[in-house]
Amino acid sequence: MTESAQTGTRVIQVDALARVEGEGALYLKVKDGAIEDLKFRIYEPPRFFEALLEGRDFSDAPDITARICGICPMAYLLSACQAMEDAAGVSVTGPLRDLRRLAYCGEWIESHVLHAFLLHAPDFLGHQDAIALAKDHPEAVRKALALKKAGNAILEVIGGRAVHPVNFRVGGLHSVPRRSAIEGLEAMLASSLETAIELTRFTAGLTFPDFEDDYLSVSLRHPDEYAIHEGRIVSSAGLDIPVSAFEEHFTEEHVDHSNALQGLSKTSATPYLVGPVARYNNNQDQLSPLARELAAEIGLGEQVTNPFRSIQVRMIETVYAFEEALRLVRAYEEPEVAAVPVQPKSTRGAGCTEAPRGICYHSYDLDAEGRILTARIVPPTSQNQRRIERDLRGVAERHLSLPDAELQWVCEQAIRNYDPCISCATHFLKLTVERV
Amino acid sequence: MSEPPSLLIQCIGNRLRGDDGAGPAVADRLRDLGLGDHVREYWGEGTELMQDWEGRERVIVVDASRSGAPPGTLHILDANAGELPRDLRLASSHRLGLAEVIELARMLDLLPKDLKVHAIEGEGYAPGEGLSLFVERAALQLADQLRGEAMRHGAQNASAARD
Repeated sequence: MTESAQTGTRVIQVDALARVEGEGALYLKVKDGAIEDLKFRIYEPPRFFEALLEGRDFSDAPDITARICGICPMAYLLSACQAMEDAAGVSVTGPLRDLRRLAYCGEWIESHVLHAFLLHAPDFLGHQDAIALAKDHPEAVRKALALKKAGNAILEVIGGRAVHPVNFRVGGLHSVPRRSAIEGLEAMLASSLETAIELTRFTAGLTFPDFEDDYLSVSLRHPDEYAIHEGRIVSSAGLDIPVSAFEEHFTEEHVDHSNALQGLSKTSATPYLVGPVARYNNNQDQLSPLARELAAEIGLGEQVTNPFRSIQVRMIETVYAFEEALRLVRAYEEPEVAAVPVQPKSTRGAGCTEAPRGICYHSYDLDAEGRILTARIVPPTSQNQRRIERDLRGVAERHLSLPDAELQWVCEQAIRNYDPCISCATHFLKLTVERV
Repeated sequence: MSEPPSLLIQCIGNRLRGDDGAGPAVADRLRDLGLGDHVREYWGEGTELMQDWEGRERVIVVDASRSGAPPGTLHILDANAGELPRDLRLASSHRLGLAEVIELARMLDLLPKDLKVHAIEGEGYAPGEGLSLFVERAALQLADQLRGEAMRHGAQNASAARD
């Protein structure tokens, strides 16, 4: 331990967090061996999607909100669709429902694998990034890329393209995928399932930093399946409410250091957790036998209390998503119609699905012509912000004796446990040209 | 299913963020020039780019850049000549960016034999459609130049400009 770790002031400041989606920063001030200030700062500018939707037709909401994120557009597409269908009193069932679930499996796969192996795994193996990881573990990275490709393929076949799919609409789809196209996925999914199992076992060899906490896990739960795209909102503290009651139990608050609202429970002072670990904690009994056996094999109990093990939970969910995708592909029958009719009413509708990072809630007030009067979108990362800060405080306190560089490393790793999707509005190359 | 054309032009960008739309603008022009079969647009997640390199001999990546050079300046980088500038890698903090994925592909022996990055220096990236004057001009010039290169390399389906 250095003397400066015991006395004086230490500041750990990361102005641009790497290997997270979006623009975020970390600020940690330690004075005389105690944390004086800690902030997970989101400085990406707000994009005002909710205001943008006001006055638009109800049918515009899915495609517009899907643009919020290039990693998890299905979450926004389907949460918006569900909210509008809820407002109209319509249910999408049968093969159309199955196609939505299948597409969502694709999104979980591509998002989880990208994060687990290309963004998060380097943390556990002492590598700066995926490039360094690929040097030591080229086969693991090659296999992860192949899995991601398989997830993308599902989205391309059903949604027309992998990023911002264009085939989903309120009431169903614009066009029905041919049976032959869906069947064409089967062989790739079957082999990918084996690869996913192999890569999940790879995570058993990782070393997880010593940190545990008692999480208030909030997720969807469905009576018949591991909840992905439908269900009631439940918590590990016994909450069990319909999606339409979300705003009675949860709210958002603005804090100076973040451009994203922070989610909080109205009934608990404890920051709540959404995402793979929360889903696993609430619903692991509904995973497939294979996924449950694999979870036990790699060291996961019935409850996950070490957030660093989220990488393992993502891989368990990836295995489940491949199994579920295979089941849906094999059972697929072309729907007779691409969508059910939806007649808007002057009322409020709410929808919620499990984005890879956690529940994504939408609600809309509509007028009699179906115009959007007000919109509210609560994405998972805004809900996890306080939980991230709570973890950071705990992790930092436990590792204060580390030199600054190592303390920074473990803190960044703690943020990446959440795969935070701060959102990607644009991208450009920051390029320095050196002329000699 | 037929084999993909050996030449792929990957245009990256966001049409709704000012000069970040330079890549899509080049894509539009190339489609108008009859090279649609060779053009794909991307939002910037690197593994999406890499996924399409399989089976391609020649890949051209078009993107916007921010280096401090005058707006509209064209930077050309040869991925096979060595590691791309480190600052290029740092630019995309929030996913696997272009420079990172090129290095990853090099590490995994998945880099196409010929991969060049054409980056147009942007002036502004504020929300909103439309390119600045110099960037728009540069995008059109680059598209015309790429059409010429594509024709020299035997690109199929390229026809005379319709406009």
